[in-house]
Amino acid sequence: MEMVIFFLFAALAVGSALVVVLHRNPVYSTLSLVLTLISLAVLFVLLGAPFIAALQVLIYTGAIVVLFLFVVMLLNIGREEASGERGLLQKVAAGVGALALLAFVALAYWGAYGTREVGPLTEDFVSLEVLATQLFSDYLLAFELVGLLLLVAVIAATVLAARLGNTPGGGESDPALPEAGEEGI
Amino acid sequence: MSDLLVTGAKLLVFLGVFLGAIAPIMVWLERRFCAFIQDRPGPNRLGPLGLFQPLADVFKFFFKEDVTPSTPDRALYLAAPALAVLPALVTFVFIPFGPTVEIGERLVPLIVSDAPAGVLLLLAIASLSVYSLVLAGYASNNKYSLMGGIRASAQLISYELAMTLAVVAVLLPVGSFHLSDVITYQQENGWNVLPQAIGFLVFLIAMFAETNRLPFDLPEAESELVAGFHTEYSAMRFASFFMSEYIAMTTLSALAATLYFGGWDLWGIDDWLVSTGSGLFLPEWFWAGAVGMTILVAKAFVFLLLFIWVRWTFPRFRYDQLMRLGWKVLLPLALFNVVLIAALTVGGVL
Repeated sequence: MEMVIFFLFAALAVGSALVVVLHRNPVYSTLSLVLTLISLAVLFVLLGAPFIAALQVLIYTGAIVVLFLFVVMLLNIGREEASGERGLLQKVAAGVGALALLAFVALAYWGAYGTREVGPLTEDFVSLEVLATQLFSDYLLAFELVGLLLLVAVIAATVLAARLGNTPGGGESDPALPEAGEEGI
Repeated sequence: MSDLLVTGAKLLVFLGVFLGAIAPIMVWLERRFCAFIQDRPGPNRLGPLGLFQPLADVFKFFFKEDVTPSTPDRALYLAAPALAVLPALVTFVFIPFGPTVEIGERLVPLIVSDAPAGVLLLLAIASLSVYSLVLAGYASNNKYSLMGGIRASAQLISYELAMTLAVVAVLLPVGSFHLSDVITYQQENGWNVLPQAIGFLVFLIAMFAETNRLPFDLPEAESELVAGFHTEYSAMRFASFFMSEYIAMTTLSALAATLYFGGWDLWGIDDWLVSTGSGLFLPEWFWAGAVGMTILVAKAFVFLLLFIWVRWTFPRFRYDQLMRLGWKVLLPLALFNVVLIAALTVGGVL
Protein backbone atom coordinates (compact mmCIF):
# COMPACT_ATOMS: atom_id res chain seq x y z
CA MET A 1 0.00 0.00 0.00
CA GLU A 2 2.71 2.44 1.04
CA MET A 3 4.78 1.48 -1.98
CA VAL A 4 1.86 2.15 -4.31
CA ILE A 5 1.27 5.59 -2.79
CA PHE A 6 4.97 6.37 -2.90
CA PHE A 7 5.41 5.50 -6.56
CA LEU A 8 2.18 7.25 -7.52
CA PHE A 9 3.16 10.52 -5.90
CA ALA A 10 6.84 10.26 -6.80
CA ALA A 11 5.82 9.89 -10.45
CA LEU A 12 3.35 12.75 -10.06
CA ALA A 13 6.03 14.98 -8.52
CA VAL A 14 8.52 14.30 -11.32
CA GLY A 15 5.91 14.52 -14.06
CA SER A 16 4.42 17.79 -12.85
CA ALA A 17 7.91 19.22 -12.30
CA LEU A 18 8.63 18.49 -15.96
CA VAL A 19 5.41 20.28 -16.93
CA VAL A 20 6.51 23.29 -14.86
CA VAL A 21 9.64 23.62 -16.98
CA LEU A 22 8.26 22.60 -20.34
CA HIS A 23 4.80 24.17 -20.57
CA ARG A 24 4.59 27.33 -22.63
CA ASN A 25 1.77 28.95 -20.64
CA PRO A 26 3.10 30.35 -17.32
CA VAL A 27 -0.28 29.86 -15.59
CA TYR A 28 -0.21 26.13 -16.30
CA SER A 29 3.44 26.00 -15.21
CA THR A 30 2.53 27.61 -11.88
CA LEU A 31 -0.37 25.20 -11.40
CA SER A 32 1.90 22.24 -12.08
CA LEU A 33 4.21 23.59 -9.41
CA VAL A 34 1.28 23.35 -6.97
CA LEU A 35 0.88 19.69 -7.91
CA THR A 36 4.63 19.08 -7.47
CA LEU A 37 4.63 20.63 -4.00
CA ILE A 38 1.54 18.72 -2.86
CA SER A 39 3.06 15.45 -4.11
CA LEU A 40 6.22 16.24 -2.14
CA ALA A 41 4.07 16.92 0.93
CA VAL A 42 2.53 13.45 0.57
CA LEU A 43 6.04 11.99 0.36
CA PHE A 44 6.93 13.84 3.58
CA VAL A 45 3.92 12.25 5.29
CA LEU A 46 5.08 8.84 4.09
CA LEU A 47 8.50 9.57 5.60
CA GLY A 48 6.82 10.17 8.95
CA ALA A 49 7.18 13.95 8.99
CA PRO A 50 3.60 15.32 8.92
CA PHE A 51 4.71 18.64 10.41
CA ILE A 52 7.04 19.34 7.51
CA ALA A 53 4.30 18.24 5.10
CA ALA A 54 1.86 20.70 6.67
CA LEU A 55 4.43 23.49 6.48
CA GLN A 56 5.14 22.60 2.86
CA VAL A 57 1.49 23.01 1.91
CA LEU A 58 0.90 26.01 4.18
CA ILE A 59 3.90 28.07 3.10
CA TYR A 60 4.66 26.98 -0.43
CA THR A 61 1.33 26.04 -2.00
CA GLY A 62 -0.73 28.26 0.28
CA ALA A 63 1.30 31.45 0.02
CA ILE A 64 4.34 31.52 -2.24
CA VAL A 65 2.86 29.90 -5.33
CA VAL A 66 -0.29 32.03 -4.88
CA LEU A 67 2.09 34.98 -5.07
CA PHE A 68 3.63 33.56 -8.27
CA LEU A 69 0.18 33.19 -9.75
CA PHE A 70 -0.68 36.73 -8.63
CA VAL A 71 2.36 38.13 -10.43
CA VAL A 72 1.80 36.06 -13.56
CA MET A 73 -1.80 37.22 -13.76
CA LEU A 74 -1.07 40.83 -12.81
CA LEU A 75 1.55 41.19 -15.51
CA ASN A 76 -0.80 39.30 -17.82
CA ILE A 77 1.96 37.16 -19.25
CA GLY A 78 0.37 35.23 -22.06
CA ARG A 79 1.72 32.35 -24.03
CA GLU A 80 5.49 32.56 -24.24
CA GLU A 81 6.48 33.77 -27.69
CA ALA A 82 8.59 31.37 -29.66
CA SER A 83 11.95 32.94 -28.96
CA GLY A 84 13.49 31.39 -32.05
CA GLU A 85 16.71 29.41 -32.05
CA ARG A 86 18.63 29.25 -28.82
CA GLY A 87 22.27 30.11 -29.19
CA LEU A 88 25.12 27.67 -28.62
CA LEU A 89 26.28 29.63 -25.57
CA GLN A 90 22.85 29.29 -23.97
CA LYS A 91 22.86 25.53 -24.51
CA VAL A 92 26.34 25.17 -23.06
CA ALA A 93 25.45 27.36 -20.06
CA ALA A 94 22.30 25.33 -19.40
CA GLY A 95 24.29 22.08 -19.56
CA VAL A 96 26.96 23.35 -17.20
CA GLY A 97 24.32 24.66 -14.80
CA ALA A 98 22.51 21.32 -14.75
CA LEU A 99 25.77 19.43 -14.14
CA ALA A 100 26.73 21.82 -11.33
CA LEU A 101 23.35 21.32 -9.65
CA LEU A 102 23.70 17.55 -9.92
CA ALA A 103 27.19 17.76 -8.44
CA PHE A 104 25.93 19.86 -5.53
CA VAL A 105 23.14 17.41 -4.75
CA ALA A 106 25.55 14.47 -4.94
CA LEU A 107 28.04 16.26 -2.68
CA ALA A 108 25.36 17.15 -0.15
CA TYR A 109 24.10 13.57 -0.15
CA TRP A 110 27.64 12.21 0.25
CA GLY A 111 28.38 14.67 3.03
CA ALA A 112 25.21 13.79 4.92
CA TYR A 113 25.20 10.02 4.53
CA GLY A 114 28.55 9.01 3.05
CA THR A 115 28.93 5.28 3.25
CA ARG A 116 26.63 4.99 6.24
CA GLU A 117 23.62 2.71 6.10
CA VAL A 118 20.51 4.74 5.30
CA GLY A 119 17.61 3.59 7.48
CA PRO A 120 14.02 4.81 7.69
CA LEU A 121 13.30 8.08 9.48
CA THR A 122 12.36 7.62 13.11
CA GLU A 123 10.18 9.70 15.39
CA ASP A 124 13.17 11.08 17.32
CA PHE A 125 14.61 12.41 14.07
CA VAL A 126 11.71 14.30 12.52
CA SER A 127 9.38 15.02 15.45
CA LEU A 128 8.46 18.63 16.10
CA GLU A 129 10.40 18.84 19.39
CA VAL A 130 13.61 17.48 17.90
CA LEU A 131 13.26 19.70 14.84
CA ALA A 132 12.79 22.81 16.99
CA THR A 133 15.64 21.95 19.35
CA GLN A 134 18.02 21.31 16.46
CA LEU A 135 16.99 24.50 14.69
CA PHE A 136 17.59 26.66 17.76
CA SER A 137 20.81 25.01 18.96
CA ASP A 138 23.00 23.26 16.39
CA TYR A 139 21.73 25.19 13.40
CA LEU A 140 21.03 28.51 15.11
CA LEU A 141 23.59 30.43 13.04
CA ALA A 142 22.21 29.15 9.73
CA PHE A 143 18.66 29.84 10.93
CA GLU A 144 19.47 33.44 11.88
CA LEU A 145 21.38 33.99 8.64
CA VAL A 146 18.38 32.85 6.60
CA GLY A 147 16.25 35.31 8.55
CA LEU A 148 18.77 38.06 7.79
CA LEU A 149 18.73 37.13 4.11
CA LEU A 150 14.94 37.46 4.00
CA LEU A 151 15.14 40.81 5.77
CA VAL A 152 17.63 42.08 3.21
CA ALA A 153 15.34 40.89 0.42
CA VAL A 154 12.40 42.74 1.98
CA ILE A 155 14.43 45.95 2.29
CA ALA A 156 15.64 45.63 -1.29
CA ALA A 157 12.09 45.15 -2.54
CA THR A 158 10.92 48.17 -0.54
CA VAL A 159 13.72 50.34 -1.91
CA LEU A 160 12.91 49.27 -5.49
CA ALA A 161 9.20 49.92 -4.96
CA ALA A 162 9.89 53.33 -3.41
CA ARG A 163 12.05 54.25 -6.37
CA LEU A 164 9.26 53.21 -8.75
CA GLY A 165 6.85 55.39 -6.77
CA ASN A 166 8.91 58.51 -7.54
CA THR A 167 8.56 58.19 -11.29
CA PRO A 168 5.36 59.65 -12.75
CA GLY A 169 2.65 57.06 -13.43
CA GLY A 170 4.13 54.43 -11.16
CA GLY A 171 3.57 53.43 -7.55
CA GLU A 172 0.37 54.80 -6.05
CA SER A 173 -1.57 54.68 -9.30
CA ASP A 174 -1.90 50.87 -9.26
CA PRO A 175 -4.39 49.91 -6.57
CA ALA A 176 -4.05 46.18 -7.29
CA LEU A 177 -0.40 46.20 -6.25
CA PRO A 178 0.02 44.97 -2.66
CA GLU A 179 2.34 46.63 -0.18
CA ALA A 180 5.98 45.89 -0.77
CA GLY A 181 7.62 43.35 1.46
CA GLU A 182 5.46 40.36 0.67
CA GLU A 183 8.45 38.49 -0.71
CA GLY A 184 9.67 37.92 2.79
CA ILE A 185 6.95 35.49 3.81
CA MET B 1 -10.66 -2.65 8.80
CA SER B 2 -12.97 -1.64 11.61
CA ASP B 3 -10.80 1.46 12.11
CA LEU B 4 -11.72 2.42 8.59
CA LEU B 5 -15.39 1.78 9.37
CA VAL B 6 -15.35 3.96 12.49
CA THR B 7 -13.63 6.79 10.60
CA GLY B 8 -16.13 6.45 7.79
CA ALA B 9 -19.03 6.64 10.24
CA LYS B 10 -17.61 9.77 11.91
CA LEU B 11 -17.03 11.32 8.48
CA LEU B 12 -20.61 10.61 7.45
CA VAL B 13 -22.08 12.04 10.64
CA PHE B 14 -19.98 15.19 10.46
CA LEU B 15 -20.54 15.61 6.72
CA GLY B 16 -24.27 15.16 7.27
CA VAL B 17 -24.38 17.85 9.95
CA PHE B 18 -22.16 20.30 8.06
CA LEU B 19 -23.45 19.80 4.57
CA GLY B 20 -26.95 18.49 5.11
CA ALA B 21 -27.99 20.79 7.92
CA ILE B 22 -25.82 23.84 8.54
CA ALA B 23 -25.22 25.05 4.98
CA PRO B 24 -28.92 25.15 3.92
CA ILE B 25 -29.92 26.69 7.27
CA MET B 26 -27.26 29.33 6.71
CA VAL B 27 -28.63 30.19 3.28
CA TRP B 28 -32.09 30.59 4.80
CA LEU B 29 -30.75 32.50 7.80
CA GLU B 30 -28.76 34.87 5.60
CA ARG B 31 -31.84 35.87 3.67
CA ARG B 32 -34.20 36.08 6.64
CA PHE B 33 -31.74 37.89 8.92
CA CYS B 34 -30.88 40.32 6.13
CA ALA B 35 -34.59 40.94 5.59
CA PHE B 36 -35.03 41.52 9.33
CA ILE B 37 -32.20 44.08 9.35
CA GLN B 38 -33.72 45.81 6.33
CA ASP B 39 -37.19 45.75 7.91
CA ARG B 40 -38.90 43.48 5.35
CA PRO B 41 -40.26 39.92 5.63
CA GLY B 42 -37.87 38.04 3.31
CA PRO B 43 -38.65 34.63 1.79
CA ASN B 44 -41.49 33.33 4.00
CA ARG B 45 -43.73 31.36 1.61
CA LEU B 46 -42.25 27.88 1.30
CA GLY B 47 -42.69 25.80 4.44
CA PRO B 48 -42.84 27.10 8.02
CA LEU B 49 -41.05 30.49 8.20
CA GLY B 50 -39.85 29.89 4.64
CA LEU B 51 -37.51 27.13 5.86
CA PHE B 52 -37.79 25.11 2.62
CA GLN B 53 -36.53 28.03 0.53
CA PRO B 54 -32.96 26.60 0.24
CA LEU B 55 -34.45 23.39 -1.18
CA ALA B 56 -36.26 25.38 -3.85
CA ASP B 57 -33.03 27.28 -4.56
CA VAL B 58 -31.13 24.03 -5.09
CA PHE B 59 -33.78 22.76 -7.53
CA LYS B 60 -33.62 26.05 -9.36
CA PHE B 61 -29.83 25.80 -9.65
CA PHE B 62 -30.08 22.26 -11.00
CA PHE B 63 -32.48 23.16 -13.77
CA LYS B 64 -30.92 26.45 -14.83
CA GLU B 65 -29.04 26.62 -18.08
CA ASP B 66 -25.31 26.20 -17.60
CA VAL B 67 -23.79 28.90 -19.77
CA THR B 68 -20.12 28.49 -20.58
CA PRO B 69 -18.26 31.47 -22.01
CA SER B 70 -15.90 31.03 -24.94
CA THR B 71 -12.53 30.72 -23.30
CA PRO B 72 -9.16 29.31 -24.29
CA ASP B 73 -8.88 27.58 -20.90
CA ARG B 74 -12.06 25.53 -20.81
CA ALA B 75 -10.52 22.77 -18.68
CA LEU B 76 -9.49 25.26 -15.98
CA TYR B 77 -12.88 26.96 -16.21
CA LEU B 78 -14.62 23.65 -15.47
CA ALA B 79 -12.11 22.63 -12.78
CA ALA B 80 -12.40 25.82 -10.71
CA PRO B 81 -15.78 25.12 -9.01
CA ALA B 82 -14.67 21.57 -8.15
CA LEU B 83 -11.49 22.97 -6.62
CA ALA B 84 -13.65 25.27 -4.50
CA VAL B 85 -15.68 22.40 -3.05
CA LEU B 86 -12.71 20.11 -2.32
CA PRO B 87 -10.96 22.06 0.49
CA ALA B 88 -14.32 23.02 1.99
CA LEU B 89 -15.23 19.35 2.29
CA VAL B 90 -11.89 18.29 3.76
CA THR B 91 -10.99 20.89 6.40
CA PHE B 92 -13.64 20.01 9.01
CA VAL B 93 -12.11 16.54 9.61
CA PHE B 94 -9.53 18.17 11.91
CA ILE B 95 -12.09 19.69 14.29
CA PRO B 96 -12.92 17.60 17.39
CA PHE B 97 -16.61 17.33 18.27
CA GLY B 98 -16.45 15.36 21.50
CA PRO B 99 -14.21 13.60 24.02
CA THR B 100 -12.59 10.20 23.52
CA VAL B 101 -15.36 7.68 24.17
CA GLU B 102 -15.54 3.94 24.75
CA ILE B 103 -17.55 2.03 22.19
CA GLY B 104 -17.62 -1.58 23.33
CA GLU B 105 -13.96 -2.44 23.88
CA ARG B 106 -12.35 0.31 21.85
CA LEU B 107 -11.44 3.91 22.57
CA VAL B 108 -12.71 6.21 19.84
CA PRO B 109 -11.71 9.89 19.79
CA LEU B 110 -14.62 11.95 18.46
CA ILE B 111 -12.64 13.64 15.73
CA VAL B 112 -12.38 12.35 12.20
CA SER B 113 -8.62 12.82 11.90
CA ASP B 114 -6.49 13.59 14.95
CA ALA B 115 -3.44 13.97 12.72
CA PRO B 116 -0.25 15.40 14.18
CA ALA B 117 -0.07 19.10 13.22
CA GLY B 118 -3.83 18.94 12.58
CA VAL B 119 -4.41 22.69 12.99
CA LEU B 120 -1.66 23.46 10.52
CA LEU B 121 -3.10 20.99 8.03
CA LEU B 122 -6.51 22.60 8.44
CA LEU B 123 -5.12 26.06 7.70
CA ALA B 124 -3.00 24.70 4.85
CA ILE B 125 -5.89 22.97 3.10
CA ALA B 126 -8.20 25.92 3.72
CA SER B 127 -5.69 28.21 2.03
CA LEU B 128 -5.80 26.03 -1.10
CA SER B 129 -9.33 27.26 -1.76
CA VAL B 130 -7.90 30.50 -3.16
CA TYR B 131 -6.77 28.60 -6.25
CA SER B 132 -10.37 28.05 -7.24
CA LEU B 133 -11.07 31.81 -7.11
CA VAL B 134 -7.89 32.68 -8.99
CA LEU B 135 -8.49 30.04 -11.65
CA ALA B 136 -12.15 30.99 -12.04
CA GLY B 137 -11.02 34.57 -12.55
CA TYR B 138 -8.31 33.63 -15.00
CA ALA B 139 -10.19 31.02 -17.05
CA SER B 140 -13.41 33.03 -17.45
CA ASN B 141 -11.82 35.17 -20.15
CA ASN B 142 -13.43 38.26 -18.62
CA LYS B 143 -11.60 41.30 -17.29
CA TYR B 144 -13.86 41.68 -14.26
CA SER B 145 -13.33 38.05 -13.34
CA LEU B 146 -9.59 38.44 -13.75
CA MET B 147 -9.58 41.47 -11.45
CA GLY B 148 -11.51 39.46 -8.87
CA GLY B 149 -9.07 36.56 -9.10
CA ILE B 150 -6.03 38.83 -8.72
CA ARG B 151 -7.60 40.51 -5.71
CA ALA B 152 -8.39 37.13 -4.12
CA SER B 153 -4.76 36.02 -4.31
CA ALA B 154 -3.35 39.24 -2.84
CA GLN B 155 -6.00 39.32 -0.11
CA LEU B 156 -5.42 35.73 0.97
CA ILE B 157 -1.67 36.22 1.34
CA SER B 158 -2.13 39.39 3.36
CA TYR B 159 -4.55 37.89 5.87
CA GLU B 160 -3.47 34.27 6.14
CA LEU B 161 -0.20 35.26 7.80
CA ALA B 162 -1.94 37.18 10.57
CA MET B 163 -4.42 34.34 11.06
CA THR B 164 -1.71 31.70 11.35
CA LEU B 165 0.20 33.84 13.85
CA ALA B 166 -2.96 34.19 15.94
CA VAL B 167 -3.34 30.40 15.95
CA VAL B 168 0.34 29.98 16.87
CA ALA B 169 -0.24 32.17 19.93
CA VAL B 170 -3.06 29.84 21.02
CA LEU B 171 -0.84 26.79 20.64
CA LEU B 172 2.09 28.27 22.61
CA PRO B 173 0.77 27.75 26.17
CA VAL B 174 -0.89 24.46 25.16
CA GLY B 175 2.36 23.06 23.79
CA SER B 176 0.68 20.79 21.28
CA PHE B 177 -0.61 20.86 17.72
CA HIS B 178 -3.64 18.70 18.54
CA LEU B 179 -6.91 20.60 18.73
CA SER B 180 -8.11 18.08 21.32
CA ASP B 181 -5.26 19.24 23.58
CA VAL B 182 -6.34 22.84 23.07
CA ILE B 183 -9.77 21.90 24.42
CA THR B 184 -8.31 19.97 27.37
CA TYR B 185 -6.16 23.02 28.17
CA GLN B 186 -9.24 25.24 28.17
CA GLN B 187 -11.15 22.80 30.41
CA GLU B 188 -8.40 23.28 33.01
CA ASN B 189 -7.55 26.97 32.51
CA GLY B 190 -10.71 28.62 31.24
CA TRP B 191 -11.53 29.84 27.76
CA ASN B 192 -8.69 31.21 25.66
CA VAL B 193 -10.63 34.28 24.61
CA LEU B 194 -9.61 36.20 27.76
CA PRO B 195 -5.81 35.80 27.76
CA GLN B 196 -5.77 35.76 23.94
CA ALA B 197 -8.06 38.74 23.40
CA ILE B 198 -5.71 40.40 20.88
CA GLY B 199 -5.18 37.15 19.00
CA PHE B 200 -8.92 36.53 18.90
CA LEU B 201 -9.55 39.97 17.42
CA VAL B 202 -6.94 39.34 14.71
CA PHE B 203 -8.34 35.85 14.03
CA LEU B 204 -11.88 37.18 13.79
CA ILE B 205 -10.97 39.88 11.26
CA ALA B 206 -8.80 37.50 9.25
CA MET B 207 -11.70 35.03 9.24
CA PHE B 208 -13.85 37.52 7.33
CA ALA B 209 -11.06 38.13 4.83
CA GLU B 210 -10.36 34.41 4.37
CA THR B 211 -13.96 33.62 3.51
CA ASN B 212 -14.30 36.73 1.29
CA ARG B 213 -17.22 38.05 3.28
CA LEU B 214 -18.17 41.68 3.62
CA PRO B 215 -16.49 44.00 4.54
CA PHE B 216 -13.69 42.13 2.71
CA ASP B 217 -15.52 40.69 -0.31
CA LEU B 218 -13.21 42.48 -2.74
CA PRO B 219 -12.91 39.46 -5.10
CA GLU B 220 -16.68 39.68 -5.63
CA ALA B 221 -17.38 43.41 -5.14
CA GLU B 222 -20.58 43.43 -7.15
CA SER B 223 -20.70 47.22 -7.33
CA GLU B 224 -17.33 47.34 -9.12
CA LEU B 225 -16.72 43.95 -10.75
CA VAL B 226 -20.25 42.71 -11.68
CA ALA B 227 -19.77 39.55 -9.59
CA GLY B 228 -15.99 39.29 -9.57
CA PHE B 229 -14.47 35.86 -10.06
CA HIS B 230 -17.82 34.10 -10.59
CA THR B 231 -19.28 36.57 -13.09
CA GLU B 232 -19.28 33.97 -15.88
CA TYR B 233 -20.59 31.07 -13.81
CA SER B 234 -24.19 29.97 -13.69
CA ALA B 235 -26.41 27.11 -12.48
CA MET B 236 -24.72 24.45 -10.29
CA ARG B 237 -21.23 25.71 -11.05
CA PHE B 238 -22.11 29.03 -9.47
CA ALA B 239 -23.82 27.18 -6.61
CA SER B 240 -20.57 25.27 -5.96
CA PHE B 241 -18.77 28.53 -5.17
CA PHE B 242 -21.73 29.70 -3.16
CA MET B 243 -22.03 26.54 -1.05
CA SER B 244 -18.29 26.13 -0.49
CA GLU B 245 -18.19 29.68 0.87
CA TYR B 246 -20.84 28.75 3.43
CA ILE B 247 -19.10 25.49 4.36
CA ALA B 248 -15.78 27.34 4.75
CA MET B 249 -17.51 29.89 6.98
CA THR B 250 -18.93 27.07 9.11
CA THR B 251 -15.57 25.32 9.44
CA LEU B 252 -13.76 28.52 10.40
CA SER B 253 -16.51 29.34 12.90
CA ALA B 254 -16.13 25.89 14.47
CA LEU B 255 -12.35 26.43 14.54
CA ALA B 256 -12.76 29.80 16.24
CA ALA B 257 -15.10 28.22 18.80
CA THR B 258 -12.56 25.45 19.40
CA LEU B 259 -9.54 27.73 19.70
CA TYR B 260 -11.06 30.49 21.83
CA PHE B 261 -14.36 29.29 23.35
CA GLY B 262 -13.71 25.78 24.62
CA GLY B 263 -14.95 23.84 21.58
CA TRP B 264 -17.42 21.08 22.45
CA ASP B 265 -16.95 21.67 26.18
CA LEU B 266 -19.38 23.79 28.22
CA TRP B 267 -18.08 24.15 31.81
CA GLY B 268 -19.01 20.59 32.72
CA ILE B 269 -22.68 21.06 31.78
CA ASP B 270 -21.98 18.71 28.89
CA ASP B 271 -20.78 16.03 31.34
CA TRP B 272 -24.00 16.39 33.30
CA LEU B 273 -26.08 16.12 30.12
CA VAL B 274 -24.15 13.04 28.99
CA SER B 275 -24.48 11.24 32.32
CA THR B 276 -28.19 12.12 32.58
CA GLY B 277 -28.85 11.04 29.03
CA SER B 278 -26.95 7.77 29.22
CA GLY B 279 -28.79 6.95 32.44
CA LEU B 280 -32.08 7.01 30.52
CA PHE B 281 -31.53 5.24 27.21
CA LEU B 282 -28.91 4.83 24.48
CA PRO B 283 -25.21 4.25 25.35
CA GLU B 284 -22.87 6.89 26.73
CA TRP B 285 -20.80 7.32 23.55
CA PHE B 286 -23.89 8.34 21.63
CA TRP B 287 -24.73 11.06 24.15
CA ALA B 288 -21.14 12.27 24.32
CA GLY B 289 -21.09 12.68 20.55
CA ALA B 290 -24.54 14.25 20.31
CA VAL B 291 -24.01 16.71 23.18
CA GLY B 292 -20.50 17.66 22.00
CA MET B 293 -21.68 18.16 18.45
CA THR B 294 -24.67 20.25 19.57
CA ILE B 295 -22.53 22.54 21.75
CA LEU B 296 -19.94 22.96 19.00
CA VAL B 297 -22.58 23.75 16.39
CA ALA B 298 -24.32 26.19 18.77
CA LYS B 299 -21.05 28.04 19.36
CA ALA B 300 -20.29 28.04 15.64
CA PHE B 301 -23.71 29.51 14.95
CA VAL B 302 -22.89 32.52 17.11
CA PHE B 303 -20.05 33.29 14.71
CA LEU B 304 -22.19 32.53 11.68
CA LEU B 305 -24.79 35.02 12.89
CA LEU B 306 -21.99 37.53 13.36
CA PHE B 307 -20.91 36.94 9.75
CA ILE B 308 -24.39 37.84 8.53
CA TRP B 309 -24.85 40.72 10.94
CA VAL B 310 -21.55 42.29 9.85
CA ARG B 311 -22.37 41.73 6.18
CA TRP B 312 -25.53 43.81 6.35
CA THR B 313 -24.05 46.45 8.66
CA PHE B 314 -20.63 47.49 7.34
CA PRO B 315 -19.71 48.96 3.96
CA ARG B 316 -17.00 47.35 1.85
CA PHE B 317 -13.36 48.31 2.36
CA ARG B 318 -11.50 49.94 -0.48
CA TYR B 319 -8.70 47.79 -1.86
CA ASP B 320 -5.77 49.84 -0.53
CA GLN B 321 -7.49 50.09 2.87
CA LEU B 322 -7.75 46.30 2.93
CA MET B 323 -4.04 45.95 2.22
CA ARG B 324 -3.10 48.62 4.76
CA LEU B 325 -5.20 46.98 7.49
CA GLY B 326 -3.68 43.57 6.75
CA TRP B 327 -0.03 44.51 6.62
CA LYS B 328 0.23 47.56 8.87
CA VAL B 329 -2.29 46.76 11.60
CA LEU B 330 -3.16 43.06 11.82
CA LEU B 331 0.30 41.59 11.17
CA PRO B 332 2.13 43.75 13.77
CA LEU B 333 -0.71 43.11 16.24
CA ALA B 334 -0.49 39.35 15.68
CA LEU B 335 3.32 39.43 16.07
CA PHE B 336 3.01 41.46 19.26
CA ASN B 337 0.48 38.95 20.54
CA VAL B 338 2.83 36.02 19.83
CA VAL B 339 5.67 37.73 21.72
CA LEU B 340 3.34 38.63 24.60
CA ILE B 341 1.90 35.12 24.92
CA ALA B 342 5.38 33.59 24.62
CA ALA B 343 6.65 35.85 27.43
CA LEU B 344 3.63 35.00 29.60
CA THR B 345 4.06 31.29 28.91
CA VAL B 346 7.77 31.31 29.75
CA GLY B 347 7.04 33.47 32.81
CA GLY B 348 4.61 30.83 34.01
CA VAL B 349 1.55 33.11 34.00
CA LEU B 350 -0.33 31.05 31.40
